[in-house]
Amino acid sequence: MRLVEPFLELMTGMMTTLKMLVTEKPVTVQYPEEKKAVKPRYRGRHYLTRYENGLEKCIGCALCAAACPADAIFVEASENTDEKRFSPGDRYASTYEINMLRCIYCGFCEDACPTEAIVLGDNYELSFTDRRQAVYTKEMLILPVPQGGAPTPQVTEPGKFTRSVPEMKDPVD
Amino acid sequence: MGVEQKLANMGVVTTTLETAVNWGRTNAMWPMLFGLACCAIEMMGAQSAHYDMSRFGMELMRPSPRQSDLMIVAGRVSRKMAPVLRRLYDQMPEPKWVVAMGDCASCGGVFNNYAVVQGVDEIVPVDVYVAGCPPRPEALIHGIVTLHEKVRKEKFVNWA
Repeated sequence: MRLVEPFLELMTGMMTTLKMLVTEKPVTVQYPEEKKAVKPRYRGRHYLTRYENGLEKCIGCALCAAACPADAIFVEASENTDEKRFSPGDRYASTYEINMLRCIYCGFCEDACPTEAIVLGDNYELSFTDRRQAVYTKEMLILPVPQGGAPTPQVTEPGKFTRSVPEMKDPVD
Repeated sequence: MGVEQKLANMGVVTTTLETAVNWGRTNAMWPMLFGLACCAIEMMGAQSAHYDMSRFGMELMRPSPRQSDLMIVAGRVSRKMAPVLRRLYDQMPEPKWVVAMGDCASCGGVFNNYAVVQGVDEIVPVDVYVAGCPPRPEALIHGIVTLHEKVRKEKFVNWA
């Protein structure tokens, strides 16, 4: 008569289940309320950065647009003057648009940028109810003016901001 | 008119039928699995224990269109797949919603060529587009929360 044995085996299995129920902690992240931190090298939504004096780092060279494999970036450059200066050097990006639905977040734009103007942040919450909302303009991408800086356009003294790419201390870096 | 205010004064919770219906729809929105490429892996991740979409009443990924309310198009849709997608969408009972998950389903993404449909909104009406290549499971859940917000605002007068 094999009546007790299967029952015992079932109980052994159920003991494991019960043990796990008591000892193991739940692994579920309660997402909209509680967010798991992303890894340091995670690539999310882009930002356009500024220098400490408030000038924009982007010089409108469109190397990011050339490097983009998905053709998600559109850059249009205009001339800088000392009376209306947005960035160091001759030109600045008057239009800078990224289509967040085209972008594949590969980070090639970040690598291509000679002034480290575009950086990929850690925001991944990009959902849209309309495709038109996915086109992020320069106003949406650019970071606010840092403490002690002045907003762009600035009036600057002639001959000070002639170099568009900053001089590197260590060219290997 | 009238009875809601009186009942509220008596401590009875009243609501409009719209709110009740929309609440019911957001809390039991069964998705149809339409995994076509790498985004499907993240969709599976969103269903598994770490992210657990069943917290939103979406524990069942129905392989049958007749039992589902939400179509999550996860992956690039080729021109050959497009009529199949439309047919499955037509087989879903009303009310139905579509989430275009990832860049390829939303607008073709990196595949700007003749073989891939440049966005599933060419063939089906899309409610929410989720950006990312592929989107994290959290990003998909964020898209679903966005869809829930949209469904909560739906009005009876706008029903077809």
